[in-house]
Amino acid sequence: MPNLGEVIRNSQIWKSIFRHPMPVDRRNRIVVMLTNFFLHLHPVSIKKQGIALSYTWCMGGVTFFLFLVETITGVLLMFYYRPTTEWAYMDILSLRDTASLGILRELHRWGAHAMVIAVWLHMYRVFLTGSYKPPREFNWVVGVVLLLLTLLLSFTGYLLPWDQLAIWAITVGSKMGAATPFLGAEGPGSMLLQVGSIPMITGASDARFGLLGARFVGEETLNRFYVLHCVAIPLAVALLLAIHFWRVRKDGGISGPL
Amino acid sequence: MHLTLEKLAPFLGSYYLVLAVMNAVFGYFLWEHKKNIRQAVFWTVVAGAFTIMASIAYSGQQKLMELVSLPEAFRGFVDGNLANPALYTIGTSAFLVTMFLFRKVLVQPVVAWGLLVLALLLMGLSMADVQFAEIVTKPDNVPIVAMVFLLGYFTWLATAQAVKNDERTARGEDPLEKLNNEKILVWPDLVYTELICMVAVTAVLTYWAVGLQAPLEDAASSVKTPNPSKAPWYFLGLQEMLVYFDPWMAGVVLPSTIVAGLMAIPYLDFNKAGNGYYTINQRKFAYLVFQFGFLELWVTLIILGTFLRGPNWNFFGPYEQWDAHKVVALNNVDLSQFFWLGLVGYMPKAPDGASEIAKFGWILWRELPGIIVVVSYLALLPPFLGLTIFRGFYKRMGLIRFMVMSNLLLMMMLLPIKMVLRWTINLKYLISIPEYLLNL
Ligand code: HEM
Repeated sequence: MPNLGEVIRNSQIWKSIFRHPMPVDRRNRIVVMLTNFFLHLHPVSIKKQGIALSYTWCMGGVTFFLFLVETITGVLLMFYYRPTTEWAYMDILSLRDTASLGILRELHRWGAHAMVIAVWLHMYRVFLTGSYKPPREFNWVVGVVLLLLTLLLSFTGYLLPWDQLAIWAITVGSKMGAATPFLGAEGPGSMLLQVGSIPMITGASDARFGLLGARFVGEETLNRFYVLHCVAIPLAVALLLAIHFWRVRKDGGISGPL
Repeated sequence: MHLTLEKLAPFLGSYYLVLAVMNAVFGYFLWEHKKNIRQAVFWTVVAGAFTIMASIAYSGQQKLMELVSLPEAFRGFVDGNLANPALYTIGTSAFLVTMFLFRKVLVQPVVAWGLLVLALLLMGLSMADVQFAEIVTKPDNVPIVAMVFLLGYFTWLATAQAVKNDERTARGEDPLEKLNNEKILVWPDLVYTELICMVAVTAVLTYWAVGLQAPLEDAASSVKTPNPSKAPWYFLGLQEMLVYFDPWMAGVVLPSTIVAGLMAIPYLDFNKAGNGYYTINQRKFAYLVFQFGFLELWVTLIILGTFLRGPNWNFFGPYEQWDAHKVVALNNVDLSQFFWLGLVGYMPKAPDGASEIAKFGWILWRELPGIIVVVSYLALLPPFLGLTIFRGFYKRMGLIRFMVMSNLLLMMMLLPIKMVLRWTINLKYLISIPEYLLNL
C-alpha cells in the first residue's frame, strides 16, 4: 500500500504546483528557497545572528504580517461598508450583529494599532543596532516613508466609522492643513499670496481644503479618505515594501558586525 | 457606561492571578535552572502575596478592595501636588536619565524583573481607582498601555545586549553578534521562526479582538463638539505641542522637521562604529539624541496627551475626575511685552494713518527682541557651536552637513526650551505678529 501522502505528492497536480520535492534534505532545502515564489524573497542561507530573535525582534516581519492581516480584513470589511454619510455609520453598527463576522472590525482596528506600534519598534531596533549605517542608508529612508504611510493609513481609516470619535479626531488632525505656512488659510504668510487684491488662499482653496475636499469634514472628506485608505496608500505601501525587501537583500542581508 | 468597583473586580482578580503565576514561574525557573534557592524563595513568596491580593480583588467589596488600592491620601497628593506638565516632564526625564546612568545594574534579569513587577503592581493598585481605570481601559487607550510595556521590554532587551557588548569591547573582545557568524539554511530555521511569529501574532490579535470591542460612539454630528477633542493617539504628541506652539509650528513645521530629520540620520551620523550590533558606548551621542527625541519628546508626550489631558486640554492627575469646568488661569506674556512694557514702559505702535510699509516697519521694530533671539538661535548658534564644543564634529562633517545637523538639533530643542520658558516666566511667544498670523 503506498501511503496517501506519497500518492498526493507524486500526482501530476501536486507536481505542477510545487516545483520541488519535500525540503527534507540539504539539497532540497536549498531548492525550495529558490523555486517557491513566496520563499524566494529570502536568501538560501543566512548568518545565524541575522535570524536571532534577540537581534531583529522579528519586528519588520511582524509589521509586514500585520499589513497582510489589514489587507485581508480590510477587503472583507469593504463588502459591508458604503462610504457615504448616509450609510457609513449604519453599516459599521450592523457589523456587530453580523454574527459570523463579529470580530472582523475588531481584528482590523486592533491590527492597525498593533501595526503602528510594531513599525515604531522596528525603527527603534534598526536604530539601536545602527543598521541604517552604510550601505543601508537608503533603505532607512524608504523605511521612514513607510512609517509615514503607516500613520496616514491609520489616520484615514479613523474617519470611516463616521462616529463622533472619528469626525472630531480628523477635524483636530486636519486643522494643521489650514495652518500650513503660505498654503493654509490660517497659516502665516497666506495673506501675502494675492492676485491684485483677491486672496489666492482661502478656506475654499487651501491645503486643508485639498485634504478634506471641503471646508470641513463632510461627505467629500469621507469619500476622499476612503479612496486614500483603501486604494492609494495601500498601493504605495506595497510598492515601497517591495523596494524595502529587495534592498534588504541587495544591501547584504540583515546587518551584522563586519 | 460608568465603571464601578464591582465591575472591575473580576478583571483585577485575574490580573493579580496572572501576576502570581508569572512570579511563581520565575521562582521555579531560578530554582531549577539557576540553582538560586534564596531568590527562588523570594519570588515564590511574592507569588503568594499576589494570590492573596487576587482573592481580595475578586471579592469586589468596597472595604476589602481598599486593601488593594493606593491610599486615598497618596492619590490626593499625586493629583494635588504633582500633577502638572512641568513636574511630569521633569519626572519622566529624571526617570529616563536614571535608567540610562544605572543601566549596568538595571539590566540584570532579576533587577529588571523586579522593576517590571513593581510597575505592574503600581498599575494594578491604580486600576482600583475607578477614575484611573475608566481612562486606561478606554478601548483605544489599551494599545498605548501595551505599547508602554512593550517599549519597556524591548528597551531592556536592547540595553542588556548593549551593556554586554560594551563590556566585551572594553576587554578587547568582539560583540556577541559576531560569535553567531556561522551560516545556516533559511529553510527550516528562518521560515519556521517566521511561521511561529505569525501564529503568535494571530493568536494575540484574535484574543484581543474577542476580548475588547472596537469603540463606536454616537453617529457623527458636526454641531456636538466633544470635549476634549483628541487626535488619534499616535498624533497626540503633536497635539500636546499645540500648548506651546501655534498650529503652523506644531502641526506643520515641526512634524515635517521630524520626518526630514529621521531621513537625514544616516547621512549625518559619520560614526562607523556600532553598525550591526547593540552598543551604547560606541555611539553615545547618536544614541542619546535619538532616545531624547523618541522616548522623551515623542512617547512621553503621547502618554501625557492620552491619559493626563482632559476637557479643554487641561492637565489632570491620574486619579482626578475629568471636570469640564476646571479653570486654569492663563496669563502668558509675549517676549515683546516683557521687553517693551517691562523695560521701556510702552509698546511701539504705528501712528494712525501710516502706510502699509510703515506699519510693517513698526511691527518689525516691536518684535525686534524676539527676532534677534530667534535669528541668533538658528543662525549664529550653529557656527558658534561648530567652533567651540562641537569643533570635532564640524571638522569631520564639513560645513553643510554640520549646519544641517545643528539646525535639526536646535529645532528639536525648541520644544523643551519653549516648555521651560512657559513654566518659568509664562512666556507665550518669542515673536508675535498676529497681523500676519505669525507667532513663534
Ligand atoms: C510598513 C513598514 C515596514 C515594514 C513592513 C518593514 C519590514 C522590514 C523587514 C521584514 C525587514 C527585515 C529585518 C527585520 O525584520 O527587522 C526590514 C529591515 C529593515 N528596515 Fe524595515 N520595515 C518597515 C518600516 C521601516 C522603517 C520605519 C524603517 C526605519 C525608519 C525601516 C528600516 C529598515 C532597515 C534599515 C532595515 C535593514 C535592517 C538590517 O539589515 O538590520 N523599515 N524591514
